[in-house]
Amino acid sequence: MIAESMYQELILEHYKHPQGRGLRDPYDAEVHHVNPTCGDEITMRVKLGDGGKVEDVSYDGQGCSISQAAASVLYELTEGSTVDETLAVVEEFTRLMQSRGQIEGDEEVLGDAVAFAGVSKYPARVKCALLAWMAYKDAVMRSSK
Amino acid sequence: MTTGFDAERIRKDFPVLSRELPGGRPLVYLDSANSAQKPTRVVEAMREHMAMHYSNVGRAMHALGAESTEAYEAARDKIAAFVGAPSREEIVFTKNASEALNLVAYSFGNRTNDDPRFRMGPGDEIVISEMEHHSNIVPWQMLAQRTGATLRWFGVTDEGRLDLGNLEELVNERTKIVSIVHQSNVLGTVNPVERVLARVRQVGALMMLDASQSVPHQAVDVAALGVDFLAFTGHKVVGPSGVGVLWGRGELLDAMPPFLGGGEMIEAVWMDRSTYAPAPHKFEAGTPPIVEAVGLGAAVDYLSEIGLDAVARHERELTAYALEALADVPGLKVVGPRDLDMRGGTVSFTLEGIHPHDVGQILDDEFGVAVRVGHHCARPLHLRFGIPATTRASFYLYTVPAEIDALVRGLHHVRKVFA
Repeated sequence: MIAESMYQELILEHYKHPQGRGLRDPYDAEVHHVNPTCGDEITMRVKLGDGGKVEDVSYDGQGCSISQAAASVLYELTEGSTVDETLAVVEEFTRLMQSRGQIEGDEEVLGDAVAFAGVSKYPARVKCALLAWMAYKDAVMRSSK
Repeated sequence: MTTGFDAERIRKDFPVLSRELPGGRPLVYLDSANSAQKPTRVVEAMREHMAMHYSNVGRAMHALGAESTEAYEAARDKIAAFVGAPSREEIVFTKNASEALNLVAYSFGNRTNDDPRFRMGPGDEIVISEMEHHSNIVPWQMLAQRTGATLRWFGVTDEGRLDLGNLEELVNERTKIVSIVHQSNVLGTVNPVERVLARVRQVGALMMLDASQSVPHQAVDVAALGVDFLAFTGHKVVGPSGVGVLWGRGELLDAMPPFLGGGEMIEAVWMDRSTYAPAPHKFEAGTPPIVEAVGLGAAVDYLSEIGLDAVARHERELTAYALEALADVPGLKVVGPRDLDMRGGTVSFTLEGIHPHDVGQILDDEFGVAVRVGHHCARPLHLRFGIPATTRASFYLYTVPAEIDALVRGLHHVRKVFA
């Protein structure tokens, strides 16, 4: 019954009902990230506004429940936030994912993304959870240039 | 069901099959197409060689050198007999099947090889298929890029069979080499070698078989097959990883240039040139995988004693059982032949709305069922079917029907989690 801790209800909910999915215009940067070992992929667009505000994050892709739910949770988190705020969360999320189950994650910072804590115990799946988040980081960097 | 084959007795030869996984889960190993488990016989043969007879081969002029060389060369004899090679000199030890395929691809369009059969340039054609493992795709892509030759391929039918509809056009007087898989590592399909080979011979091309998935599961006789080259790997034949085999017709191996240069592959070396040892040593540069070859020799002895025909019958019955049982899982679609004709014990499938990684994770974590998920190093084949990935269950001589029952129970649970 180990896997139950990975497949949190919240993750399954996001997988079945992804938020903000679909590519939208306008956008400042578009990136395409793949996970070559498993074939998961995501295309992500970022539109930034004045004062470092994130105006829209849109995405499309295919992959396992973890990778797709992580994109949906990321979308919700970026809504109404600034680039700096979201990058701080990306950093905390990355730290959590790379912890091999050793830390629980700061719920204050992570919000719903804390539900992925169980994934960090599965080295093979960590990259699934990180796919959309790394794509976001990349897209934001390209947008700010 | 009973297969009239004592798989329960055979399981006792494989220590790992009686171990438990963390959390008290029994191990249900349905990933033999990826890599097979090892019988005690193989482990012991390797341990014994490493502990008591080990030295380098072919060059050490002492007792251990002689014993090690004898064991290494005896393994070559065993493998030659196992695949029906007309001569032991036609068995080349490689690192794996990929190296064997690369070695042959390297022989074409090579300035050091003036044999017309291996000449390659713009206008020449290489033929593979859409159901190949990446190891039988990429070396030929690299060859085409190097020489300007054209890479072409057989399509795959909706049923997962090789599409021979355009055989006459595809394999033509411009074709230099046809290299296809004997048994697909995803679909389980066993390809009709005879039909393809007949056309290959008509046009005077050469033919190679990637037999990584057939040699472990059916009696393969290279002379009877009549092809020119055949590659397989040790670790799928209950042998160790780190050793593979290239069989090639002797006169072709003689005509081919060496692949890797180094120790043991030479006849004489001057500062500005070298002459080479005859095959197979010409292709075995450096210290070879000595202990691994000894282990592979023990592995083919083990399989020969059980009999590949008996193994094939057992797997056929398991496959029939699995295809029937999987048909009862709602939303499950088998990718590959649904009948037993020309098909091995590898069954890949999709489960509607559930990604294979999630299927594999839950099967492993909750039921101890080890399957492979992903594109199984056959991405073009998955693109052909418009799917990113599949879940693959593969059977071997030690697989029992109860393990297929465990898989099916697991799949019902996976559906519940994602309902």
